[in-house]
Amino acid sequence: MAVIEASNLTKRYGDAVAIDDLTLSVGRGEVFGFLGPNGAGKTTAVRILTGLLKPDSGTVLIGGMDIAKDPIKAKMKVGMLPETGNVYVDLTPKQNLSLTGKYYGLSKDTIRKRSDELLSELGLYERSNDLVKTFSKGMKQRVSIACAIIHEPSILFLDEPTSGLDVQSRRLIIQIIADMNERGCTIFLTTHDIEEANKLCNRVCMINKGKIVAMDTPENLRYTFEDTRSLEVAFDKEISRDLFNSKFISRMDRQGNKWRFYTIDIDSTIRYIVTMVENKGIKINSMTTYGPSLEEVFVRLTGVIEK
Amino acid sequence: MNISVFIRGVLVTAEKNMMIYYNKPPVLIFGLLFPMFLFLAFFMGRGIDIHEFFPAFLAMVLFFTSSSVGPLITPWEKQSGTYERLLSFPVTINTIIMGDVLAGAIFGLFISSSVLIAVTLFLDTAFKSISLLLVSLLLGTFCFAALGVLIAAPASKTPSNIMMLSSLVRFPLVFISGIFIPLTELSNAGKYLALLSPLTYLVDIFHFSIGGTPSVPQYIDILALSAYTCIFLYVASYFHKKNLSKGL
Repeated sequence: MAVIEASNLTKRYGDAVAIDDLTLSVGRGEVFGFLGPNGAGKTTAVRILTGLLKPDSGTVLIGGMDIAKDPIKAKMKVGMLPETGNVYVDLTPKQNLSLTGKYYGLSKDTIRKRSDELLSELGLYERSNDLVKTFSKGMKQRVSIACAIIHEPSILFLDEPTSGLDVQSRRLIIQIIADMNERGCTIFLTTHDIEEANKLCNRVCMINKGKIVAMDTPENLRYTFEDTRSLEVAFDKEISRDLFNSKFISRMDRQGNKWRFYTIDIDSTIRYIVTMVENKGIKINSMTTYGPSLEEVFVRLTGVIEK
Repeated sequence: MNISVFIRGVLVTAEKNMMIYYNKPPVLIFGLLFPMFLFLAFFMGRGIDIHEFFPAFLAMVLFFTSSSVGPLITPWEKQSGTYERLLSFPVTINTIIMGDVLAGAIFGLFISSSVLIAVTLFLDTAFKSISLLLVSLLLGTFCFAALGVLIAAPASKTPSNIMMLSSLVRFPLVFISGIFIPLTELSNAGKYLALLSPLTYLVDIFHFSIGGTPSVPQYIDILALSAYTCIFLYVASYFHKKNLSKGL
Protein backbone atom coordinates (compact mmCIF):
# COMPACT_ATOMS: atom_id res chain seq x y z
CA MET A 1 0.00 0.00 0.00
CA ALA A 2 1.31 3.44 -0.92
CA VAL A 3 1.90 5.87 1.96
CA ILE A 4 3.29 8.69 -0.19
CA GLU A 5 1.48 9.39 -3.44
CA ALA A 6 2.31 12.36 -5.61
CA SER A 7 0.31 12.94 -8.78
CA ASN A 8 1.26 15.32 -11.58
CA LEU A 9 3.07 17.84 -9.39
CA THR A 10 4.20 21.00 -11.10
CA LYS A 11 5.90 24.00 -9.53
CA ARG A 12 7.17 27.09 -11.32
CA TYR A 13 9.24 30.01 -10.09
CA GLY A 14 8.53 32.68 -12.67
CA ASP A 15 9.43 31.17 -16.02
CA ALA A 16 11.61 28.44 -14.51
CA VAL A 17 9.98 25.05 -14.02
CA ALA A 18 11.28 23.56 -10.76
CA ILE A 19 9.04 20.46 -10.83
CA ASP A 20 7.55 19.22 -14.06
CA ASP A 21 4.59 16.84 -13.85
CA LEU A 22 6.15 14.64 -11.18
CA THR A 23 4.28 11.47 -10.26
CA LEU A 24 5.55 8.90 -7.79
CA SER A 25 4.34 6.46 -5.20
CA VAL A 26 6.18 5.06 -2.18
CA GLY A 27 5.00 1.90 -0.44
CA ARG A 28 4.75 1.29 3.30
CA GLY A 29 8.06 0.25 4.84
CA GLU A 30 10.05 1.14 1.73
CA VAL A 31 13.36 3.04 1.71
CA PHE A 32 12.96 5.28 -1.31
CA GLY A 33 15.97 7.11 -2.67
CA PHE A 34 15.50 10.44 -4.41
CA LEU A 35 18.56 11.39 -6.42
CA GLY A 36 19.44 14.26 -8.68
CA PRO A 37 22.18 16.77 -9.41
CA ASN A 38 22.20 20.23 -7.79
CA GLY A 39 19.22 22.28 -8.93
CA ALA A 40 17.32 19.23 -10.20
CA GLY A 41 14.30 20.08 -8.03
CA LYS A 42 14.82 17.55 -5.22
CA THR A 43 14.40 19.96 -2.33
CA THR A 44 11.41 21.67 -3.95
CA ALA A 45 9.81 18.25 -4.45
CA VAL A 46 10.40 17.29 -0.81
CA ARG A 47 9.00 20.62 0.38
CA ILE A 48 5.86 20.00 -1.64
CA LEU A 49 5.57 16.40 -0.43
CA THR A 50 5.82 17.55 3.18
CA GLY A 51 3.33 20.40 2.79
CA LEU A 52 5.83 23.25 3.17
CA LEU A 53 5.19 24.50 -0.35
CA LYS A 54 2.06 24.43 -2.42
CA PRO A 55 2.39 23.04 -5.94
CA ASP A 56 0.96 25.00 -8.87
CA SER A 57 -0.88 21.82 -9.80
CA GLY A 58 -1.08 18.21 -8.68
CA THR A 59 -1.87 16.47 -5.41
CA VAL A 60 0.04 14.81 -2.58
CA LEU A 61 -1.46 12.10 -0.39
CA ILE A 62 0.35 11.20 2.83
CA GLY A 63 -1.05 8.07 4.42
CA GLY A 64 -4.11 8.54 2.21
CA MET A 65 -4.66 12.15 3.37
CA ASP A 66 -4.44 15.12 1.03
CA ILE A 67 -1.71 17.29 2.56
CA ALA A 68 -3.16 20.46 1.00
CA LYS A 69 -6.55 19.87 2.59
CA ASP A 70 -5.46 18.53 5.97
CA PRO A 71 -1.83 19.56 6.50
CA ILE A 72 -1.81 19.13 10.28
CA LYS A 73 -3.06 15.54 10.30
CA ALA A 74 -0.71 14.62 7.47
CA LYS A 75 2.28 16.30 9.17
CA MET A 76 1.56 14.38 12.39
CA LYS A 77 2.49 11.18 10.55
CA VAL A 78 5.69 12.62 9.17
CA GLY A 79 9.15 13.27 10.59
CA MET A 80 11.37 15.55 8.61
CA LEU A 81 15.03 16.39 8.45
CA PRO A 82 15.08 19.38 6.11
CA GLU A 83 18.12 20.28 4.04
CA THR A 84 18.66 23.42 6.11
CA GLY A 85 16.96 21.89 9.10
CA ASN A 86 19.09 23.32 11.81
CA VAL A 87 18.07 22.98 15.41
CA TYR A 88 17.94 25.92 17.83
CA VAL A 89 21.55 26.54 18.79
CA ASP A 90 20.59 28.73 21.75
CA LEU A 91 18.92 25.73 23.37
CA THR A 92 20.25 22.43 24.66
CA PRO A 93 19.51 19.11 22.87
CA LYS A 94 17.01 18.30 25.63
CA GLN A 95 15.21 21.62 25.16
CA ASN A 96 15.13 21.12 21.38
CA LEU A 97 13.67 17.64 21.80
CA SER A 98 11.21 18.84 24.41
CA LEU A 99 9.88 21.62 22.15
CA THR A 100 9.60 19.22 19.20
CA GLY A 101 7.78 16.64 21.33
CA LYS A 102 5.35 19.31 22.52
CA TYR A 103 4.54 20.28 18.92
CA TYR A 104 3.51 16.67 18.33
CA GLY A 105 1.46 16.57 21.54
CA LEU A 106 3.64 14.05 23.39
CA SER A 107 3.28 13.86 27.17
CA LYS A 108 6.08 15.08 29.45
CA ASP A 109 6.93 11.51 30.46
CA THR A 110 7.11 10.34 26.85
CA ILE A 111 9.30 13.30 25.91
CA ARG A 112 11.68 12.59 28.80
CA LYS A 113 11.85 8.86 28.03
CA ARG A 114 12.31 9.30 24.26
CA SER A 115 14.84 12.12 24.70
CA ASP A 116 16.99 10.00 26.99
CA GLU A 117 16.78 7.01 24.64
CA LEU A 118 17.63 9.01 21.53
CA LEU A 119 20.41 11.04 23.11
CA SER A 120 22.00 7.83 24.41
CA GLU A 121 21.63 6.10 21.05
CA LEU A 122 23.20 9.07 19.27
CA GLY A 123 26.06 9.40 21.74
CA LEU A 124 24.93 12.78 23.07
CA TYR A 125 23.61 11.88 26.51
CA GLU A 126 26.61 13.40 28.32
CA ARG A 127 26.12 16.64 26.41
CA SER A 128 22.34 16.79 26.71
CA ASN A 129 22.39 19.95 28.85
CA ASP A 130 25.01 21.85 26.83
CA LEU A 131 23.97 24.50 24.36
CA VAL A 132 23.86 23.20 20.78
CA LYS A 133 25.95 26.21 19.66
CA THR A 134 28.96 24.51 21.26
CA PHE A 135 28.50 21.35 19.11
CA SER A 136 30.27 20.23 15.93
CA LYS A 137 28.32 19.92 12.65
CA GLY A 138 27.95 16.17 13.07
CA MET A 139 26.64 16.53 16.62
CA LYS A 140 24.15 19.19 15.51
CA GLN A 141 22.92 16.86 12.76
CA ARG A 142 22.48 14.09 15.32
CA VAL A 143 20.30 16.41 17.44
CA SER A 144 18.41 17.29 14.28
CA ILE A 145 17.64 13.69 13.42
CA ALA A 146 16.62 13.01 17.01
CA CYS A 147 14.09 15.86 16.67
CA ALA A 148 12.80 14.33 13.42
CA ILE A 149 12.03 10.97 15.03
CA ILE A 150 11.11 11.79 18.64
CA HIS A 151 7.42 11.21 17.86
CA GLU A 152 8.14 7.89 16.10
CA PRO A 153 6.74 8.93 12.71
CA SER A 154 5.48 6.36 10.24
CA ILE A 155 7.07 8.31 7.36
CA LEU A 156 10.48 9.95 7.54
CA PHE A 157 11.72 12.50 4.99
CA LEU A 158 15.48 13.01 5.04
CA ASP A 159 17.03 15.68 2.85
CA GLU A 160 20.80 15.09 2.53
CA PRO A 161 21.07 13.66 6.07
CA THR A 162 24.74 12.71 5.94
CA SER A 163 26.06 15.49 3.74
CA GLY A 164 29.41 16.79 5.00
CA LEU A 165 29.46 14.72 8.17
CA ASP A 166 32.31 12.93 9.92
CA VAL A 167 32.42 9.14 9.67
CA GLN A 168 31.10 8.55 13.18
CA SER A 169 28.06 10.81 12.79
CA ARG A 170 27.40 9.42 9.33
CA ARG A 171 27.40 5.84 10.58
CA LEU A 172 25.18 6.69 13.54
CA ILE A 173 22.64 8.39 11.28
CA ILE A 174 22.64 5.53 8.77
CA GLN A 175 22.14 3.11 11.65
CA ILE A 176 19.20 5.16 12.94
CA ILE A 177 17.65 5.18 9.44
CA ALA A 178 18.04 1.39 9.20
CA ASP A 179 16.56 0.87 12.68
CA MET A 180 13.59 3.12 11.93
CA ASN A 181 12.94 1.22 8.70
CA GLU A 182 13.16 -2.08 10.52
CA ARG A 183 10.43 -0.87 12.85
CA GLY A 184 8.19 -0.25 9.82
CA CYS A 185 8.91 3.40 9.09
CA THR A 186 8.85 4.45 5.43
CA ILE A 187 11.96 6.41 4.52
CA PHE A 188 12.13 9.02 1.76
CA LEU A 189 15.83 9.72 1.36
CA THR A 190 17.09 12.60 -0.73
CA THR A 191 20.79 12.31 -1.32
CA HIS A 192 23.73 13.11 -3.54
CA ASP A 193 25.52 10.04 -2.31
CA ILE A 194 24.82 7.32 -4.83
CA GLU A 195 26.59 4.62 -2.85
CA GLU A 196 24.47 5.49 0.18
CA ALA A 197 21.31 5.21 -1.93
CA ASN A 198 22.60 1.97 -3.41
CA LYS A 199 23.14 0.44 0.03
CA LEU A 200 20.04 1.71 1.79
CA CYS A 201 17.26 1.99 -0.76
CA ASN A 202 14.74 -0.53 -2.05
CA ARG A 203 13.96 1.78 -4.95
CA VAL A 204 15.64 4.81 -6.40
CA CYS A 205 14.14 7.69 -8.33
CA MET A 206 16.43 9.90 -10.38
CA ILE A 207 15.29 13.41 -11.18
CA ASN A 208 16.75 15.99 -13.53
CA LYS A 209 15.42 19.46 -14.38
CA GLY A 210 12.28 18.73 -12.40
CA LYS A 211 11.45 15.54 -14.31
CA ILE A 212 11.82 11.91 -13.30
CA VAL A 213 14.38 10.27 -15.57
CA ALA A 214 14.41 6.82 -13.98
CA MET A 215 12.71 4.95 -11.16
CA ASP A 216 13.50 1.35 -10.30
CA THR A 217 15.47 -0.85 -7.90
CA PRO A 218 19.19 0.00 -7.75
CA GLU A 219 19.94 -3.44 -9.20
CA ASN A 220 17.73 -2.93 -12.24
CA LEU A 221 18.93 0.62 -12.76
CA ARG A 222 22.53 -0.52 -12.99
CA TYR A 223 21.69 -2.35 -16.19
CA THR A 224 19.94 0.64 -17.81
CA PHE A 225 22.96 1.09 -20.09
CA GLU A 226 25.02 -1.71 -21.54
CA ASP A 227 28.33 0.10 -21.34
CA THR A 228 28.38 0.88 -17.63
CA ARG A 229 31.01 -1.77 -16.87
CA SER A 230 34.47 -0.38 -16.46
CA LEU A 231 38.14 -1.11 -16.16
CA GLU A 232 40.53 0.79 -13.93
CA VAL A 233 44.17 0.77 -15.02
CA ALA A 234 47.33 2.30 -13.54
CA PHE A 235 50.30 2.76 -15.92
CA ASP A 236 53.95 3.31 -15.04
CA LYS A 237 54.10 6.42 -17.25
CA GLU A 238 51.93 9.35 -18.09
CA ILE A 239 49.74 8.45 -21.06
CA SER A 240 47.74 10.58 -23.43
CA ARG A 241 43.99 10.22 -23.93
CA ASP A 242 44.62 10.07 -27.71
CA LEU A 243 46.50 6.79 -27.29
CA PHE A 244 43.26 4.85 -27.02
CA ASN A 245 40.70 5.06 -29.76
CA SER A 246 38.63 1.91 -29.83
CA LYS A 247 35.00 1.22 -30.59
CA PHE A 248 34.89 -0.83 -27.37
CA ILE A 249 35.67 2.19 -25.16
CA SER A 250 32.65 4.43 -24.66
CA ARG A 251 34.39 6.85 -22.30
CA MET A 252 37.62 7.25 -20.37
CA ASP A 253 38.18 9.35 -17.26
CA ARG A 254 41.34 10.15 -15.37
CA GLN A 255 41.07 9.28 -11.67
CA GLY A 256 44.23 10.30 -9.82
CA ASN A 257 47.11 8.22 -11.22
CA LYS A 258 44.67 5.78 -12.82
CA TRP A 259 42.46 5.74 -15.88
CA ARG A 260 38.91 4.42 -15.96
CA PHE A 261 37.67 2.91 -19.24
CA TYR A 262 33.91 2.41 -19.67
CA THR A 263 33.00 -0.40 -22.04
CA ILE A 264 30.41 -2.89 -23.22
CA ASP A 265 33.11 -5.55 -23.78
CA ILE A 266 35.61 -5.98 -20.98
CA ASP A 267 37.57 -8.78 -22.67
CA SER A 268 38.17 -6.93 -25.96
CA THR A 269 39.03 -3.73 -24.08
CA ILE A 270 41.67 -5.48 -21.96
CA ARG A 271 43.23 -7.03 -25.05
CA TYR A 272 43.18 -3.69 -26.86
CA ILE A 273 44.78 -1.75 -23.97
CA VAL A 274 47.48 -4.40 -23.45
CA THR A 275 48.37 -4.32 -27.16
CA MET A 276 48.49 -0.54 -27.28
CA VAL A 277 50.72 -0.10 -24.23
CA GLU A 278 53.03 -2.93 -25.26
CA ASN A 279 53.67 -1.13 -28.55
CA LYS A 280 54.58 2.05 -26.66
CA GLY A 281 56.74 0.31 -24.05
CA ILE A 282 54.41 1.26 -21.20
CA LYS A 283 53.90 -1.11 -18.27
CA ILE A 284 50.62 -1.79 -16.52
CA ASN A 285 50.98 -1.45 -12.73
CA SER A 286 47.47 -2.57 -11.83
CA MET A 287 44.16 -3.39 -13.48
CA THR A 288 40.74 -3.82 -11.87
CA THR A 289 37.40 -4.58 -13.52
CA TYR A 290 34.10 -3.18 -12.23
CA GLY A 291 30.52 -4.25 -12.86
CA PRO A 292 27.79 -1.79 -13.86
CA SER A 293 27.64 1.13 -11.39
CA LEU A 294 24.67 3.15 -10.28
CA GLU A 295 26.86 6.23 -10.29
CA GLU A 296 27.52 5.81 -14.01
CA VAL A 297 23.79 5.40 -14.69
CA PHE A 298 23.13 8.54 -12.66
CA VAL A 299 25.76 10.48 -14.59
CA ARG A 300 24.34 9.35 -17.92
CA LEU A 301 20.72 10.01 -17.06
CA THR A 302 21.27 13.40 -15.52
CA GLY A 303 23.81 14.50 -18.07
CA VAL A 304 26.23 15.74 -15.42
CA ILE A 305 29.28 14.66 -17.44
CA GLU A 306 29.38 14.76 -21.20
CA LYS A 307 31.12 11.89 -22.93
CA MET B 1 -8.37 22.60 11.90
CA ASN B 2 -8.60 21.04 15.34
CA ILE B 3 -8.70 23.98 17.79
CA SER B 4 -6.77 22.17 20.54
CA VAL B 5 -3.94 21.38 18.10
CA PHE B 6 -3.95 25.03 17.01
CA ILE B 7 -3.77 26.31 20.61
CA ARG B 8 -1.05 23.79 21.44
CA GLY B 9 0.97 24.97 18.42
CA VAL B 10 0.53 28.63 19.42
CA LEU B 11 1.60 27.98 23.02
CA VAL B 12 4.65 25.91 22.06
CA THR B 13 5.70 28.52 19.48
CA ALA B 14 5.34 31.26 22.10
CA GLU B 15 7.35 29.18 24.61
CA LYS B 16 10.08 28.65 22.01
CA ASN B 17 10.19 32.38 21.26
CA MET B 18 10.36 33.29 24.94
CA MET B 19 13.25 30.87 25.49
CA ILE B 20 15.23 32.09 22.52
CA TYR B 21 14.41 35.70 21.66
CA TYR B 22 13.64 37.59 24.87
CA ASN B 23 17.30 38.09 25.70
CA LYS B 24 18.51 38.84 22.19
CA PRO B 25 20.31 42.22 22.00
CA PRO B 26 17.96 43.75 19.36
CA VAL B 27 14.95 43.06 21.60
CA LEU B 28 16.65 44.61 24.62
CA ILE B 29 17.90 47.63 22.68
CA PHE B 30 14.79 48.37 20.61
CA GLY B 31 12.33 47.22 23.25
CA LEU B 32 13.74 48.50 26.53
CA LEU B 33 16.56 50.98 26.05
CA PHE B 34 14.93 53.09 23.32
CA PRO B 35 11.74 53.97 25.24
CA MET B 36 13.81 54.62 28.36
CA PHE B 37 16.13 57.01 26.54
CA LEU B 38 13.22 58.70 24.80
CA PHE B 39 11.58 59.21 28.18
CA LEU B 40 14.76 60.60 29.71
CA ALA B 41 15.43 62.86 26.73
CA PHE B 42 11.92 64.30 26.93
CA PHE B 43 11.43 64.39 30.68
CA MET B 44 14.78 65.31 32.25
CA GLY B 45 15.29 68.95 33.10
CA ARG B 46 12.05 70.16 31.56
CA GLY B 47 9.93 70.39 34.67
CA ILE B 48 7.19 68.20 33.25
CA ASP B 49 4.63 66.80 35.69
CA ILE B 50 5.23 63.04 35.79
CA HIS B 51 1.56 62.40 36.64
CA GLU B 52 0.49 64.20 33.50
CA PHE B 53 3.09 62.47 31.33
CA PHE B 54 2.70 58.99 32.82
CA PRO B 55 -0.19 57.69 30.58
CA ALA B 56 1.74 58.64 27.43
CA PHE B 57 4.95 57.17 28.83
CA LEU B 58 3.18 53.91 29.72
CA ALA B 59 1.72 53.73 26.20
CA MET B 60 5.18 54.32 24.72
CA VAL B 61 6.72 51.55 26.85
CA LEU B 62 3.94 49.15 25.89
CA PHE B 63 4.27 50.08 22.23
CA PHE B 64 8.04 49.57 22.06
CA THR B 65 8.20 46.41 24.16
CA SER B 66 5.25 44.63 22.49
CA SER B 67 6.45 45.39 18.98
CA SER B 68 10.12 44.56 19.57
CA VAL B 69 10.02 40.72 19.63
CA GLY B 70 7.95 40.06 16.48
CA PRO B 71 10.24 41.72 13.91
CA LEU B 72 13.19 39.66 15.07
CA ILE B 73 11.78 36.12 15.07
CA THR B 74 11.11 35.27 11.41
CA PRO B 75 14.28 36.78 9.86
CA TRP B 76 16.37 35.25 12.66
CA GLU B 77 14.85 31.81 12.02
CA LYS B 78 15.34 32.17 8.27
CA GLN B 79 18.95 33.22 8.75
CA SER B 80 19.79 30.40 11.15
CA GLY B 81 17.99 27.77 9.04
CA THR B 82 15.41 26.81 11.66
CA TYR B 83 12.38 28.17 9.80
CA GLU B 84 12.02 25.15 7.51
CA ARG B 85 12.09 22.79 10.46
CA LEU B 86 9.49 24.93 12.24
CA LEU B 87 7.20 24.72 9.21
CA SER B 88 7.60 20.95 9.08
CA PHE B 89 5.98 20.60 12.52
CA PRO B 90 2.20 20.10 12.65
CA VAL B 91 1.52 23.84 12.42
CA THR B 92 0.29 26.31 9.84
CA ILE B 93 1.64 29.79 9.13
CA ASN B 94 -1.22 31.22 11.19
CA THR B 95 -0.20 29.07 14.18
CA ILE B 96 3.34 30.42 13.95
CA ILE B 97 2.09 34.02 13.57
CA MET B 98 -0.15 33.71 16.62
CA GLY B 99 2.70 32.17 18.62
CA ASP B 100 4.94 35.08 17.64
CA VAL B 101 2.22 37.58 18.55
CA LEU B 102 1.66 35.89 21.90
CA ALA B 103 5.38 36.00 22.74
CA GLY B 104 5.53 39.72 21.85
CA ALA B 105 2.35 40.46 23.81
CA ILE B 106 3.60 38.66 26.94
CA PHE B 107 6.90 40.56 26.76
CA GLY B 108 5.05 43.88 26.41
CA LEU B 109 2.55 43.00 29.11
CA PHE B 110 5.26 41.98 31.58
CA ILE B 111 7.39 45.10 31.09
CA SER B 112 4.54 47.62 30.95
CA SER B 113 2.80 46.00 33.94
CA SER B 114 6.06 46.22 35.88
CA VAL B 115 6.33 49.92 35.00
CA LEU B 116 2.69 50.45 35.96
CA ILE B 117 3.11 48.67 39.30
CA ALA B 118 6.37 50.52 40.08
CA VAL B 119 4.87 53.92 39.29
CA THR B 120 1.70 53.11 41.26
CA LEU B 121 3.80 52.17 44.28
CA PHE B 122 6.04 55.23 44.21
CA LEU B 123 3.67 57.91 42.90
CA ASP B 124 0.24 58.83 44.08
CA THR B 125 -1.63 57.74 40.94
CA ALA B 126 -5.37 58.22 40.68
CA PHE B 127 -7.08 55.62 38.48
CA LYS B 128 -10.41 56.47 36.94
CA SER B 129 -11.04 52.97 35.61
CA ILE B 130 -8.69 50.12 36.49
CA SER B 131 -10.72 47.57 34.49
CA LEU B 132 -10.56 49.73 31.36
CA LEU B 133 -6.85 50.23 31.94
CA LEU B 134 -6.28 46.47 32.14
CA VAL B 135 -8.43 45.76 29.08
CA SER B 136 -6.60 48.42 27.05
CA LEU B 137 -3.24 47.17 28.34
CA LEU B 138 -4.08 43.69 27.10
CA LEU B 139 -5.54 44.89 23.81
CA GLY B 140 -2.61 47.24 23.22
CA THR B 141 0.00 44.53 23.74
CA PHE B 142 -1.71 42.24 21.22
CA CYS B 143 -2.22 45.07 18.73
CA PHE B 144 1.44 46.15 18.73
CA ALA B 145 2.77 42.59 18.96
CA ALA B 146 0.75 41.94 15.77
CA LEU B 147 2.31 45.06 14.22
CA GLY B 148 5.75 43.64 15.12
CA VAL B 149 4.95 40.34 13.39
CA LEU B 150 3.67 42.23 10.33
CA ILE B 151 6.96 44.15 10.13
CA ALA B 152 8.77 40.77 9.94
CA ALA B 153 6.78 39.72 6.84
CA PRO B 154 9.14 41.00 4.09
CA ALA B 155 11.26 38.22 2.64
CA SER B 156 14.50 39.01 4.41
CA LYS B 157 16.98 36.68 6.04
CA THR B 158 18.80 39.58 7.69
CA PRO B 159 17.45 40.56 11.11
CA SER B 160 19.24 43.94 11.04
CA ASN B 161 17.33 44.93 7.86
CA ILE B 162 14.02 44.16 9.49
CA MET B 163 15.00 45.93 12.73
CA MET B 164 15.82 49.01 10.64
CA LEU B 165 12.42 48.78 8.95
CA SER B 166 10.89 48.36 12.37
CA SER B 167 12.50 51.64 13.54
CA LEU B 168 11.31 53.38 10.39
CA VAL B 169 7.73 52.37 11.17
CA ARG B 170 7.76 52.76 14.94
CA PHE B 171 9.52 56.10 15.50
CA PRO B 172 7.21 58.22 13.34
CA LEU B 173 4.22 56.64 15.10
CA VAL B 174 5.58 57.75 18.48
CA PHE B 175 5.81 61.35 17.29
CA ILE B 176 2.34 61.60 15.75
CA SER B 177 0.35 59.82 18.44
CA GLY B 178 0.05 62.42 21.19
CA ILE B 179 2.86 61.08 23.36
CA PHE B 180 5.16 64.10 23.37
CA ILE B 181 2.66 66.63 22.02
CA PRO B 182 -0.94 66.26 23.26
CA LEU B 183 -3.55 65.85 20.53
CA THR B 184 -5.21 69.13 21.52
CA GLU B 185 -2.00 71.00 20.72
CA LEU B 186 -1.55 69.46 17.26
CA SER B 187 -2.43 71.32 14.08
CA ASN B 188 -5.45 70.16 12.06
CA ALA B 189 -3.28 68.11 9.68
CA GLY B 190 -1.44 66.69 12.67
CA LYS B 191 -4.72 65.67 14.29
CA TYR B 192 -5.89 63.84 11.18
CA LEU B 193 -2.54 62.12 10.94
CA ALA B 194 -2.75 61.16 14.60
CA LEU B 195 -6.13 59.53 14.07
CA LEU B 196 -4.49 57.14 11.60
CA SER B 197 -2.09 55.88 14.25
CA PRO B 198 -3.21 52.98 16.46
CA LEU B 199 -0.96 54.30 19.21
CA THR B 200 -3.10 57.45 19.48
CA TYR B 201 -6.03 55.39 20.75
CA LEU B 202 -3.91 53.63 23.36
CA VAL B 203 -2.51 56.95 24.64
CA ASP B 204 -6.03 58.34 24.72
CA ILE B 205 -7.53 55.45 26.67
CA PHE B 206 -4.62 55.49 29.12
CA HIS B 207 -5.22 59.21 29.64
CA PHE B 208 -8.84 58.45 30.48
CA SER B 209 -8.03 55.46 32.75
CA ILE B 210 -5.30 57.28 34.69
CA GLY B 211 -7.28 60.42 35.40
CA GLY B 212 -6.34 62.51 32.36
CA THR B 213 -8.43 64.12 29.66
CA PRO B 214 -9.31 61.88 26.70
CA SER B 215 -9.83 63.24 23.18
CA VAL B 216 -12.23 60.60 21.81
CA PRO B 217 -14.85 58.36 23.46
CA GLN B 218 -13.43 55.17 24.99
CA TYR B 219 -15.51 52.85 22.86
CA ILE B 220 -13.85 54.41 19.79
CA ASP B 221 -10.42 53.72 21.33
CA ILE B 222 -11.34 50.08 21.98
CA LEU B 223 -12.89 49.64 18.54
CA ALA B 224 -9.92 51.25 16.80
CA LEU B 225 -7.37 49.11 18.67
CA SER B 226 -9.42 45.96 17.95
CA ALA B 227 -9.75 46.86 14.28
CA TYR B 228 -6.02 47.58 13.94
CA THR B 229 -5.21 44.26 15.66
CA CYS B 230 -7.38 42.38 13.16
CA ILE B 231 -5.90 44.30 10.21
CA PHE B 232 -2.32 43.70 11.35
CA LEU B 233 -3.00 39.97 11.84
CA TYR B 234 -4.72 39.61 8.48
CA VAL B 235 -2.05 41.49 6.54
CA ALA B 236 0.75 39.69 8.44
CA SER B 237 -0.81 36.32 7.56
CA TYR B 238 -1.16 37.32 3.89
CA PHE B 239 2.44 38.50 3.50
CA HIS B 240 4.03 35.74 5.57
CA LYS B 241 2.25 33.18 3.35
CA LYS B 242 3.23 35.08 0.21
CA ASN B 243 6.89 35.30 1.21
CA LEU B 244 7.17 31.84 2.76
CA SER B 245 9.15 30.14 0.01
CA LYS B 246 11.52 33.11 -0.45
CA GLY B 247 13.03 32.68 2.96
CA LEU B 248 13.54 28.93 3.05
